[in-house]
Amino acid sequence: MLKITNLHASIDDKEILKSFNIEVKPGEIHAIMGPNGTGKSTLANVITGRDSYDISEGSIIFKGEEILELSPDERARLGIFLAFQYPVEIPGVSTTNFMKAAINERRKHQGLDPMKAAEFLKLMKEKMALVEIDQKFMSRSLNEGFSGGEKKRNEIFQMAMLEPSLAILDETDSGLDIDALKIVSKGVNQLRNKDNAFIVITHYQRLLDYIVPDFVHVMYDGRIVKSGNKDLAKELEARGYDWIKEELGV
Amino acid sequence: MTKDDQILEEATSGEYKYGFTSNIEQEIAAAGLSEELVRFISAKKNEPEWLLAYRLKAFEIWQKMEEPSWAHVNYPKIDFQAISYYAAPKDRKKLNSLDEADPELLRTYEKLGIPIEEQKILAGVAVDFVMDSESVFTSFKKQLAEVGIIFMSISEAVQEYPELVKQYLGTVVPPRDNFYAALNSAVFSDGSFVYIPKGVRCPMELSTYFRINAENTGQFERTLIVAEEGSYVSYLEGCTAPQRDENQLHAAIVELIAMDNAEIKYSTVQNWYPGDKEGKGGIFNFVTKRGLCQGIRSKISWTQVETGSAVTWKYPSCILKGDYSIGEFYSVAVTNNYQQADTGTKMIHIGKNTRSRIVSKGISAGHSENSYRGLVQINKTAENAYNYSQCDSMLMGETCGAHTFPYLEIKNKTAKVEHEATTSKIGEDQLFYCNQRGLGDEEAVHLIVNGFCKEVFKELPMEFAVEAQKLLEISLEGSVG
Ligand SMILES: Nc1ncnc2c1ncn2[C@@H]1O[C@H](COP(=O)(O)OP(=O)(O)O)[C@@H](O)[C@H]1O
Ligand SMILES: [Mg+2]
Repeated sequence: MLKITNLHASIDDKEILKSFNIEVKPGEIHAIMGPNGTGKSTLANVITGRDSYDISEGSIIFKGEEILELSPDERARLGIFLAFQYPVEIPGVSTTNFMKAAINERRKHQGLDPMKAAEFLKLMKEKMALVEIDQKFMSRSLNEGFSGGEKKRNEIFQMAMLEPSLAILDETDSGLDIDALKIVSKGVNQLRNKDNAFIVITHYQRLLDYIVPDFVHVMYDGRIVKSGNKDLAKELEARGYDWIKEELGV
Repeated sequence: MTKDDQILEEATSGEYKYGFTSNIEQEIAAAGLSEELVRFISAKKNEPEWLLAYRLKAFEIWQKMEEPSWAHVNYPKIDFQAISYYAAPKDRKKLNSLDEADPELLRTYEKLGIPIEEQKILAGVAVDFVMDSESVFTSFKKQLAEVGIIFMSISEAVQEYPELVKQYLGTVVPPRDNFYAALNSAVFSDGSFVYIPKGVRCPMELSTYFRINAENTGQFERTLIVAEEGSYVSYLEGCTAPQRDENQLHAAIVELIAMDNAEIKYSTVQNWYPGDKEGKGGIFNFVTKRGLCQGIRSKISWTQVETGSAVTWKYPSCILKGDYSIGEFYSVAVTNNYQQADTGTKMIHIGKNTRSRIVSKGISAGHSENSYRGLVQINKTAENAYNYSQCDSMLMGETCGAHTFPYLEIKNKTAKVEHEATTSKIGEDQLFYCNQRGLGDEEAVHLIVNGFCKEVFKELPMEFAVEAQKLLEISLEGSVG
């Protein structure tokens, strides 16, 4: 599904990603862990095509296609979704209208008519139930005045609505209490199937008790320095990152 | 070329959609402004003596006035002698149905996107279409007449209801009010007259489309709406103009009068030709709109969506004379390329417990300048007056300007006044967020801008709101940056 090879990305002449490699297959969940400032959000931004990064080397193949030259909206329409670490407020635009616009834009590119109102409402209801989000959030301005946890839950709701092939969750668990964490995880687990994949960026192994990863990668200074299974997350939780630095000799 | 430049390039090549002219035979007066011309216009319209006297007096006042220069706009000096002040379609036969109309005129309707038949049937909108000053078609008149509503061109009203027109004309905007008001009072050609009798709720939205068609012609319409005690009317005004390299002058007057417990809702979607990408051509839009809340608990609401004109100078205002009367002003003003807008409102509180609300949304793109200018005046007599003002500006790109000039004059200590103002930029983070959900740049901008204007759009009648959104999209095409 996703294959990143030897990816180098910099911003303002500062190299952030340094020969980054990963391969994600359909049905897999990959967790990426690592200290602050190692480039996890940068990775998410580069995969989704945010401007302002300079890609000097490497490739990102998604569904067999090189996507580095594609615009962010083209990549999104191919099925890549990012649950933002810091979701953005859009005053005057309700979640409902935002989702309607997103879904219909994708349909337009598939040569389909806009979704019928009844069908859309049914879809909304179903996904709202999935992430236990209240109706009142749907008509409020997107993310405006939402608490941190509400914003994150709204991201998962949007993910559920758009049913991406690849979802990247950037620290979706930060700022969530245990109940919210369970709801978010439930959402991910229910959406999970053999054809889609998840990259879960997190600081804490706690989330991985609920979303069980197939692979855990430790990212440090712009690249993956260690990979393993879910036990690696437990080890990180117990021992911190210092032993990895020691192993690396830094 | 950066990505943003490219989007700008592509989208701004979208031409002004309404830039066509109609080949309808016109009767046009020679250019120039003189007492003789004022007499000519009045005679053409077969006006009573008092109206001629009114025009001549206004002309006298105008000659002594100076063109105002305080607005935050810049434009070449207007040669008032180079403008023709009268143009009217020659074919003046009254029509019983649309089938009898000039097919060229019908094509004009079509290009303007006014589905008259559809509006008639579906929305129940009566359309009084003013083509170059002269009202050529009024529909639904009979149905309105049944409840005693008068809706006709002001020229007709002068003939049929001279006493009514005489009683109210110039009472809210007197000729000496300002330079353009004096000019309009001297040479106004046509416009609409609406009279809603006591206790009548107008059963449909009344609508007028104005259109400048002849070359080098100024358009000076005059609208007068009187709502008697306990009545209600919603009036819609839409404007487009053909594309020309020369600037054209539009100086209208709108007067509204609301008696006890009456309500007038006046909505405008203004899309006069804004000039080209280099700022060549376009309409100079100098308009005086004012409403008088004469009676107790009367209410006047102005809602405007301004996307057109090269230069706009316009302050729809409310004089809150009746106790407990309410004035509202909801505005979206969009400027792109080299457009300049100086627009806002005046809320003059005179009566006790009067309330006013101002919501202004300015959007500037390209090299445009967009100013909000608002006065809230609370007079000594206005016990417990309340005003809420909210002025938000949105900037798109680095080369445009947004300005706010709020004036407060408070002469009564019991007044309560709240003012909020924000300036924002469409952020890269907002755009990316929308992009990441699959929306292209243009769609993202539309969504963000429509959200920004939502409080104003929700004041518009449904079918008008849709049109306003479309206009906004057209005028902001390619301004991502
Ligand atoms: N816009 C930017 N300009 C310059 N440096 C940046 C910018 N965004 C992030 N960085 C730097 O890139 C590095 C990686 O940041 P980030 O990807 O956010 O890390 P993480 O998500 O792992 O905490 C940090 O050193 C950060 O300071
Ligand atoms: Mg991060």
